[in-house]
Amino acid sequence: MLSVVINIVYFMLSVALLFAFIRLTKGPSLPDRVVSLELIASIVVGYVGVHAIDTGVSSLLDVAIVIALTAFLTAVGFARFLERGGRKSE
Amino acid sequence: MSELIVSILLLTGAGFMILAAVGILRLPDLPTRMHASTKAGAMGAMMTMAGVAMHFADVVVFTRAFAIVIFILITAPIAAHVIGRAGYFLGTPLWEGTIKDELKDNYDEKTHSLYSGFEPAPESVIPPTHKKRSEDDED
Repeated sequence: MLSVVINIVYFMLSVALLFAFIRLTKGPSLPDRVVSLELIASIVVGYVGVHAIDTGVSSLLDVAIVIALTAFLTAVGFARFLERGGRKSE
Repeated sequence: MSELIVSILLLTGAGFMILAAVGILRLPDLPTRMHASTKAGAMGAMMTMAGVAMHFADVVVFTRAFAIVIFILITAPIAAHVIGRAGYFLGTPLWEGTIKDELKDNYDEKTHSLYSGFEPAPESVIPPTHKKRSEDDED
């Protein structure tokens, strides 16, 4: 049962990743893209968790920690870049 | 039994993620998109991590998953606040159906100071009674 559920969850996360990626390419302004990048990072954290269950390798959780950390740092960095006068549009 | 709980947690987490993704794709402007993505996305990641902790049922894995949950719980609001603030200062256009923008008239974007609307006029910053008392002190 769990293997079927894992396949369904992989599919749902892939659809979510696709939607976030569409917003990343379309996004009218840079903050929109940063928000969708943040969502992509948390979807990838979910992916890594599901993959850890799938393969039974619990060390993959360290990867999830690092991805969450870098997502937060990129968000803060982009926001500081924008507030100091980055590119206004695009 | 444990497998059932793990399945439910994973499916709910993925459901939250997909809701966040649909929201970020369909909603009209930056604050509403952030409203969809930050809360539901963080919730999805946290429920997936809860499922991982349930599945392995090990103290080490549980501690790591708990650390990830706490980290997401702390950093998601901070990142959302920082991005929303930057986006507002950049003048990102709001949705045309926006009813209320309370910062618009009360916020000075140059000095980053917020007015409450109860400030006295610049001439009468020092009330007359205080002026008189200070003159008395000089005498």
